[in-house]
Amino acid sequence: MTQIFAYIPHQNGVAEDIAMEYPAAAQKIDASASLTAIVTGSGADLDAVVNEMTSIYSEVIKIDNADLAYPNAEVVRKALVNIIPGDAVFLTAHNTLGMDMAPGLSVKMDSAYAADIVDIEGIEGSTLKMIRQELGGAVSTHVESDISNGAVLTIRPGSFAPVEGGSAGGSITDKSSDAGDLSVKRKFLEIVEAEVGDVDITKSDVLVSIGRGIEDEENIEIAQELAEAMGAVVSCSRPIVDAKWLEKSRQVGTSGQTVKPKVYMAMGISGSFQHLGGVKGNPFIVAVNKNPKAPIFQVADVGIVEDILDFMPELTESIQDL
Amino acid sequence: MEILVCVKRVPDTAENEFELNSAGNDLDRDDLVYSVNEWDNYAVEEAIQIVDKVGGNVTVVTVGDDESEEVLRREMAMGANDGVLLCDDAFEGSDGKGIAALLKAEVEKGNYDLIFTGAQADEGAGQVGGMLAAMLDLPYASLVNKIDASDGGTITVGREIEGGNQEMNEIELPCVISIQTGINEPRYVGIRGIRKVAKVEIPVKGASDLGIDGGSVGDAGAKTKRVDYFVPDLGDGAEMLEGSTEEIIEQLIEKLKAKGGL
Ligand SMILES: Cc1cc2nc3c(=O)[nH]c(=O)nc-3n(C[C@H](O)[C@H](O)[C@H](O)COP(=O)(O)OP(=O)(O)OC[C@H]3O[C@@H](n4cnc5c(N)ncnc54)[C@H](O)[C@@H]3O)c2cc1C
Ligand SMILES: Cc1cc2nc3c(=O)[nH]c(=O)nc-3n(C[C@H](O)[C@H](O)[C@H](O)COP(=O)(O)OP(=O)(O)OC[C@H]3O[C@@H](n4cnc5c(N)ncnc54)[C@H](O)[C@@H]3O)c2cc1C
Repeated sequence: MTQIFAYIPHQNGVAEDIAMEYPAAAQKIDASASLTAIVTGSGADLDAVVNEMTSIYSEVIKIDNADLAYPNAEVVRKALVNIIPGDAVFLTAHNTLGMDMAPGLSVKMDSAYAADIVDIEGIEGSTLKMIRQELGGAVSTHVESDISNGAVLTIRPGSFAPVEGGSAGGSITDKSSDAGDLSVKRKFLEIVEAEVGDVDITKSDVLVSIGRGIEDEENIEIAQELAEAMGAVVSCSRPIVDAKWLEKSRQVGTSGQTVKPKVYMAMGISGSFQHLGGVKGNPFIVAVNKNPKAPIFQVADVGIVEDILDFMPELTESIQDL
Repeated sequence: MEILVCVKRVPDTAENEFELNSAGNDLDRDDLVYSVNEWDNYAVEEAIQIVDKVGGNVTVVTVGDDESEEVLRREMAMGANDGVLLCDDAFEGSDGKGIAALLKAEVEKGNYDLIFTGAQADEGAGQVGGMLAAMLDLPYASLVNKIDASDGGTITVGREIEGGNQEMNEIELPCVISIQTGINEPRYVGIRGIRKVAKVEIPVKGASDLGIDGGSVGDAGAKTKRVDYFVPDLGDGAEMLEGSTEEIIEQLIEKLKAKGGL
């Protein structure tokens, strides 16, 4: 029987949403598999998460250690190697902790590795069939992993249907004493909070969001004019911030702001999952992109194939004439 | 400081419209434009800046085919001192671990204080750096967008985590770091810069040069394999507005009014 272990990321005593999504992923791997949640941490925060998880998972492993109070991936990995059976399938989120911890874990466990899984087709013999994306979501691929010696998979958040409030009444196993030596060569120091900018894009009902398609710093004016005409605020994708054309506080996405506008105008944005991960609340999405195959058109409500540098000024003018 | 930067030649997402081939199982690769993985340019720039400050050498390495030499030359035009191409038929079909195992063999031929990779490449896995570190038994930090390399045996790094917050860490040397975009502003490379390094000798190493058993990498050693490419049928998708620009704008304005956008 397949044994599946799911690592539960948490903050301030609350599990992240992915905790509710692993069960659907596990079900798709092997409906008859056992599924165990693993929670690492320390003290009251850890206990709160462990208790929360007993309503969703029938088995919950708890690893309590002061060195795990902050999830330093190097420490977490060391603990997990000592806890997870060698032939198990291990699930973790494809987030900044998962990306830090999981590739090395698969090496230490000598198991197969598959990253950023968006769907699962199931097991045939010892082959696990999965779906992932490449090239910023432009294409999907089927991948197969030989899991005869176990597997480490990172699961893209939001890809599997969450379980609705459970009552699993799960049992808790304390494996803190099995974690072993947790000394590592990387020391967590502190969290430096992102800077607050002069505009709060999360407060705006309408966002004119620009991506790499804006091509040049000077063209940002065109977006600002459109935003002004619409009574909107300009936000952007990551490359615009990387180029220092707009400040970080205007970046939408997993490593930027989470916004919940009524209308989201994606201008020259391809639609990577890290960008869309910051667009919440099911807004009306308008995508303008010169590439008819851009992934953004799969999630937008309305799509327009045009050059934004020509289209935005014309739209601005028409709105001003209303 | 001796720094090794791992770079990958990838199809340029900004320059290509990706189509499937006629069999529908692979990309149509005939007219693809390739370049250096975006993240790797930031890694090379960071390495050059550190060496400018504290002294040392920057070496760039890639696992690829003959054509991958061009990305090494580009990074050398930026300022990397040396380049190494790992290339052998036996490497075909390597998965992430296969690539990491090859890079490990090259790392062990040198004496590096710092090894950089990009945070992720075209396949979006973000796997090679963490695997390489674990294989070398070195500490690792991913998604790094700040490095303070002035101290002796340790460096301070900032990892960019959710919400754009920064997780500060002290990490012992030698170590492996994956670099996130935005850490610096990679310098521009012109045709002249490329020409200057056009004749520099770039060693090519195969399995035997690396002391690697061909069966442990490549297709034979791969536990994870890509079967095919496809474009998923995601059902509805966007309602595409058609017609002249004027007509499109007219339709769009009506929709924006209805949805509270105007
Ligand atoms: C850990 C991690 C966190 C990340 N966090 C974020 C995040 O918070 N936010 C974020 O945005 N990204 C984030 N990224 C980066 C993300 O993976 C993508 O690289 C990024 O979102 C791409 O931005 P883009 O769509 O603007 O650029 P591209 O993907 O380059 O797309 C540009 C688009 O513009 C179109 N275009 C070009 N010119 C024109 C024109 N003249 N008219 C119309 N269309 C045009 C192109 O067809 C293309 O579709 C993160 C990555 C990692 C690894
Ligand atoms: C010669 C060759 C043959 C291949 N054959 C196949 C095949 O048959 N089937 C298949 O499914 N896949 C194949 N691959 C793809 C291979 O599996 C990927 O290169 C590997 O998984 C890493 O890519 P990634 O995009 O996941 O890297 P990521 O882990 O996302 O990249 C992160 C960083 O790792 C470093 N890195 C990644 N790849 C390389 C590299 N090649 N050289 C140097 N540094 C690198 C870079 O610094 C990069 O920024 C092949 C690759 C090569 C080079």
